[in-house]
Order: sequence, then structure tokens, then C-alpha cells
Amino acid sequence: MFRFIVRRLLQLIPTLFGLSILLFIWLRRLPGGPETAILGERGTPEMRAAIRRNLGLDEPILIQYGRFVRRMVRLDLGTSISTKREVTTEFLQRFPGTVELTVTAMVIAIGIGIPLGYLAARRRGRFLDHASVGGSLIGICIPVFFLAYVLKAIFSENLGWFPSSGRQDPTIGATRITNFFVLDGLMTREWDAAADALWHLVLPGLALASIPLAIIVRITRASVLEVLNEDFVRTAEAKGLTENVVRRRHVLRNAMLPVVTSIGLLTGGLLSGAVLTETVFAFSGIGAFLAEAINQRDYPVLMGFIMIIAVVYVLVNLIVDLSYSLIDPRVRVR
Amino acid sequence: MRASRPKVAIAAVAAAALAVAGCAESDREGSSGSSNETLVFGVAGDPKVLDPSFASDGESLRVARQVFETLVRPEEGGTKVSPGLAESWEPDAAGTTWTFKLRSGVKFHDGTDFNAEAVCTNFDRWYNAKGLMQSPDVTAYWQDIMGGFAANEDDTLPESLFKSCTATDATTVSLAFTRVSSKIPAALMLPSFSIHSPKALQEHDASNVTGSADDIKYPAYATGHPTGTGPFKFRSWDVPNKTLTLERNEDYWGEKAKLKSLIFRTISDENARKQALRSGDIQGYDLVGPADVEPLKGEGFNVLTRPAFNILYLAINQKGNPKLADLKVRQALAHAINRQALVDSKLPPGAQVAVNFFPETVEGWNGDVTKYDYDVEKAKSLLAEAGASDLTLRFHYPTEVTRPYMPNPKDLFELVSADLQAAGIKIEPIPLKWSPDYLNATTSGSAHDLHFLGWTGDYGDGYNFIGTFFDRQKDEWGFNNPALFEKFKQADTTADQAAKVALYKEINADIMNFLPGVPISHAPPAIVFGKDVTGVKASPLTDERFSTAEFKS
Repeated sequence: MFRFIVRRLLQLIPTLFGLSILLFIWLRRLPGGPETAILGERGTPEMRAAIRRNLGLDEPILIQYGRFVRRMVRLDLGTSISTKREVTTEFLQRFPGTVELTVTAMVIAIGIGIPLGYLAARRRGRFLDHASVGGSLIGICIPVFFLAYVLKAIFSENLGWFPSSGRQDPTIGATRITNFFVLDGLMTREWDAAADALWHLVLPGLALASIPLAIIVRITRASVLEVLNEDFVRTAEAKGLTENVVRRRHVLRNAMLPVVTSIGLLTGGLLSGAVLTETVFAFSGIGAFLAEAINQRDYPVLMGFIMIIAVVYVLVNLIVDLSYSLIDPRVRVR
Repeated sequence: MRASRPKVAIAAVAAAALAVAGCAESDREGSSGSSNETLVFGVAGDPKVLDPSFASDGESLRVARQVFETLVRPEEGGTKVSPGLAESWEPDAAGTTWTFKLRSGVKFHDGTDFNAEAVCTNFDRWYNAKGLMQSPDVTAYWQDIMGGFAANEDDTLPESLFKSCTATDATTVSLAFTRVSSKIPAALMLPSFSIHSPKALQEHDASNVTGSADDIKYPAYATGHPTGTGPFKFRSWDVPNKTLTLERNEDYWGEKAKLKSLIFRTISDENARKQALRSGDIQGYDLVGPADVEPLKGEGFNVLTRPAFNILYLAINQKGNPKLADLKVRQALAHAINRQALVDSKLPPGAQVAVNFFPETVEGWNGDVTKYDYDVEKAKSLLAEAGASDLTLRFHYPTEVTRPYMPNPKDLFELVSADLQAAGIKIEPIPLKWSPDYLNATTSGSAHDLHFLGWTGDYGDGYNFIGTFFDRQKDEWGFNNPALFEKFKQADTTADQAAKVALYKEINADIMNFLPGVPISHAPPAIVFGKDVTGVKASPLTDERFSTAEFKS
């Protein structure tokens, strides 16, 4: 187990190197540079040239990459070209928002998706089954930003039940410790701040949950159907075990493996793909910031954020792999 | 019943959510009573830095305008130079030294006195900038206005326009310049020339920009301790929540702010800002989409229209295509475009067809210049005369952008290219993403023929518009016209105001004869406030004073 974890972590090093080289070359090959974004319509050729020179962008790409690697091995990701704040600081201020949003979305998706998928399988061919399969198809097809707009129009603009944007009402004046707003509110006992932050998570969480929810319903349904046909279920039922025991010990447990795998992948995907939801809800996470960084050609932010996201992605999948052995002891990690 | 458990679970989650909702809702209502003196204003981007000496983006400058004051400032709702921290000012006979009489009894937010010494401390700080503070992305506006520094560390930097600052007594200060410049005193209205507390500058190491050239780090002052004399004081910048909070300066020398606190909240998506206003999350926002102006007015929101202080133009690149160096071809382009139709159908109410490359409110505007009326037949015959009847032009236009002078680039492109095609010109459309692709392609001289671009003025001086475009050979236009360039130099260094204005009129006439591009329109940008918010006057320079904002009871 320990060796497995260490090996997986060591595999990160070549992965990150490969990724950083590709990313570095790709970014430098994009037309325009940070000097254009910094100066906008105002830049004189002299100012543009001076900024490129200062940023070292006039040097050969190998030297630039070498400088990046030298920094990276010291775990220094440099500073943002546009805000001049450290990339690590920028990340730590925004990543918790994305995590809160992703966790909310996954709680919604799992909390509704697994029971619904299970029920659909048990009532195969009946109304609930058709409704959930059809509904999940719609969930996959509707663009997230469209759903976000619709949710906002109904529940925020018209009904006024939910805030339309942001992570927290700024007039509350909450204390910041971890930048996980809900957690901060609980830690400082500012209950209203925690509740307000939670309340801000509902609509974007729902919008972001639509696709994983649909996928989880489908995978759970398919997986449960498959397990229901297995001999051991029939045996268990024949032995006269109660419905409840069969369901929990035999069906759900065995059906969960593919579901957990997909949850791992979906979570990783959401972490990096919350761009549109964050933009529509003016939610301060890494998604919207990354989109801005691409427009600004903020190379250090792009390199740094994507490197960290890659590490997080690998860690999430490592945790998923480890959780297999808990769900199904037959799967031993070596 | 098989389904009992999941049902219970769903019901429990729903109940919990409602319970939290109920309590959050009641909190929000509870706080709104006292928050009546708090205005939350939606802005399109995060400010980048709190020290305006290092800022050139609109959002940083908007914050600075509430916290800081400058020696002179634009009149409320206009562009003319009016008193700020200085009550009066005058140049000496040579026009190179300007003496300012300062307001007395003004205090900085940290309680220290504002006086002539403080002014000199600020100018000396900028002028004596060293190392990374000389980087053009750190001190963009200083370099734009003043050129260089006391000791230029980069050979390409020009000599500084600023020479020295002398504090004669507590309320008299003289700024000496190396030559006469038309930018003075108007440029001193820029927030980049805000006067900071010398004590705070020193305490928080304001000039200590550290790191390396490719890894610049701002000092603590610029990220968390801006200390000025303005009607609002800085309280906090909650980066994770995208909000910046200012509070009323109780010791303000003038009329105190009516709001207790002012919160700037970043909502980058224009539609999301509109929804946030409608749902009551914010009580105002900037950069209203032109299509939203009438609907928002209809709903009872206070939509303020800023006087148009901008220009949208069609640039013609003479280097990209030799045929465009022929004046007749450029005249044909100008005659081919129906600018009035474009202004009427695609720009917000109040927009005007441009006669010069700057709006009528700027001194030096000249209504008596060559005008190019919409005339397709004339355009065709001019093209035939020039032997350019089979002209094909690469026409760049930007996507994913709304600029105050150009609300809907694609619509504008379609209208203009249809006009040009009607005159027999073939158009090759080249859409590009605004930042940085489009800006890069159009301003760095790649192979383009036509493109849209524009400008919003920084201060009320003609040079800030036409000088920016035409005072020397630029990649964007490609032409070389030494006579015109010489006139610009002359205008910039003329001390006599009347003579300067006359020169600008002459230059405007020359430009419209030479026709480097086609000035299209001046469009008024809009800003909106909640139904119960009053007291703010729209400013052409986006210098809205939030200190006068109040909630109607």
C-alpha cells in the first residue's frame, strides 16, 4: 500500500515535466503577449518592447524554460504578470472557492444520482426508470451556462430566493482563515456567514451538478442492473436474506465500483472545468481567473495553476483508487 | 416499501437546505436595514493595485478616485480642469513652471497634514523612481505623460518632462518642467498623480518594488495601505470574495460622503451584473450593454448616460497595402460608408457621427474640415480614377469584447463591410479575439488593411486623442507624414493656450484632408444605479463621485 502510494507520487514528476514542456511551448506560440494585454490600446512600440525585455520574453525559449524549471524545483511559481501577486497566493485565495463549488455539485450529484440510478434499475421499464434516463439525457445535453442562466432567472431574478452571484454577501464582513467560506464561518462561529456562503453555493452547485448527476444516474443504473443479474444475488435471495441485506451487502456494494471510478474522474473534471459556472455566477474560483489569465497571457499564472491542478487531479484519482480496496476487498492495491 | 430510505434522505436534504435558506434569508433582510448606507457597486474586473502610481487599468483608477485626490481634478460631470487639492494655479511667463496654491486644513487618512512638502514628496518619489519602478508596466502613466526619470536606467527612455518640485511655504508649491507641454496641467488630473500621505508611503515601503524584471512584486502599501485625502478611506480588500470595501472619511475637508460604506464587487459577466442589480445583490454597475439601456430605464432603474468622450474610427493601414497609400482610395472608403445609418441603428441614443478624431467637447475641435458624405457613386468613381476598382481588403474586427466606443463590433463590421462591398470593394473578414490577438494584430503592424479601434480620453486635451494616434509613424497606420508630425511637436510645446487651440484646429483640418482613417462616431457609455439611489453625476472620464450618492428614503 505504502509503496503503491509512493510509486504513484513519483510518477507525478515525469508527468509534470512533460506537461510543463508542452504547456510552455503552446503558451509561447499563442499570438500576442502579456504586453498587449497590459497596455491595451495605449501601448507605444517602445513600451511594448521594454515590457517584453523586462519579462525576458525576448530570450530564446530554452533559457526561459530553464528559468521556469529552476523556480519550480524551489516550489516558487513566480508572480502574476497582471496583478504582481504571487501565483501561489492567487491560487490559495481562489482554489477553496472552486473546491467548495465542486464539493457542493458532487454532493448534489451523488446524493441524488446514486439513489435515483438504483431506483431506476430496480423499477426497470417503469415510469421512474424512463423519467430518470430521459432526464439524465437532458442533463448531459443542456449546456451548463444555459442552465445557470435559467436557474438564476427563475430562482434569483424572479423569485428572489437565492443570491444571483458571488460567494458571500460582502456586507456580512466575514473573517477569512482558510478561504473556505463555509468552513471559516463554522470555525469562527459566524453562523450567518457560513449559512450565507452555503446559500450562495446552491444555484451554481445545481448548475454544475447537472452533467455529473446525469452520468452518475446512468452508470449506477447500468451497474446495478448488471449486478442484479449475477448468480450471487440470486443465491442470496434464494437463501432467504432480507431485501435490505441483499440490497446493501450484495447489490450496492458490488455496483459501486464503476460508480466510484466515475466520481473520481468527474470530480477532477469539475475542478478544472468550472469556468463557465464561475463566470455566470461571478463566483470567485480558479475557473474564471484562469479564463482571464488566458486573455491576459499571464504566463506564470497559467503555468502555475495548471501545474497545481494536475497535481490535485492525480491526488484525487489516487484517493479514488485507494477507496476501491475499502469498498471491495478483492481489489488489492499493490 | 423499497423506496422509503432514499425518499427520506432526499426529504432530509431538502429540509436542511430550506432551514439554512430560511436563516440566511432572514439574516440578509435583517442587515439590509442598516446597509441602507452601504452601496454595493458591480464592476467588470478586479482592481489590480491600490497605489494608483502603478495603475493604468480603469478598475484600479476607480477605487483610487474615491480614496485619493489630485492637485487639479475634472469638473464634476465634465472634462475641464477644476480645483482639487490646489485652489488655484498659474504658469510663469515661460510656461515651464506652474505654481499651485494649496487648500489648507486638509488631512490624510492617517491623520497627518496635507501640505506643500507632501506634494513634493510625491513628485520626488515618482521622478526618482529606480530599478523596477522604471518598468513601463509599473509606471505606465508617469512614462506616458512625463517620459523618463531623474536617472533613466534604460537608454530608450526619453528625458523627463518633470524637472523639480519646490515647496515655497505650507500652501504654495511649484512644479518645474523641462519644456512647455500642452499636457500640463490637464494630465495632473489623472489618478496616477494622486497625492499620498508621506508618512504612510514610508511606513509601508511604498517605493520598494521588489523581485526581478520578470517577477515583479509590489510593496505592502500598494496591496493594502492606500492613504490619501479623499472622501472615502480604504478598509479591506477581500480578494477571495472579489470585493473591496471603502468607508466614509469622517474627517474629510469637504462635504462628507453620504454613504457609510462603499463596496466594489467584481462581476465580470455583463449579463450577470444586470441580473445582480435586478435581484438586489448590487445597487449599481458600470459598463451597461447598449441594448440594456432602454429596458433598464423602463424598469425604473437610474440609467446615467455619460457624455461621449471617445472616438471609434476605421483605421487604414497604408503600409499593408500600397493602394491604400493613394489618397483617392482612402477618400473612396470614407464616401462609401454610411456613418449616419450606423450611428442610428447600432449605437446607443445620443451617439453622434464624428467630424474630427476627437469629440466636440475638447478644445481644438474643428467643424470646418473636409467632410465625406455618404455617396456610393462618388466612391466608385474615385476608385476607378485611382485604378483600384478591383480592390480586396483584409478587414480585422474584434470578437468577445464591448468597448465604450464600440458596443457591438460584429454588427458594426457587418454594416461597414456591406457598405464597402456596395462600392465594389471585396472584403476579406478577419475576426480575432480582442485580447491579445486583435490588439496585437492591429497595433503591431501585421499585414492588415482595415480595422476598428478607438479611444476614451484620459483628460481634456486634444493631444491625448490625436497625438496618441498621429504624432509620429505608428505601426497601426503605417504612414509617414513629417509635416503633420512636426505640427504636433509645435502644438505640444506651445505655451499660449489660444495659439495651441488654433494649432489643433489646423491639425484637425490637415488630418481630415490627409485622411489616415475614417472617424466614425462618438458613443455615450452608460452607468446604472438602483431605483432608490440618487446623487451621482455621470462623468465623461468615468470620474463618478460616489461620495454624493445617497439612498432616497
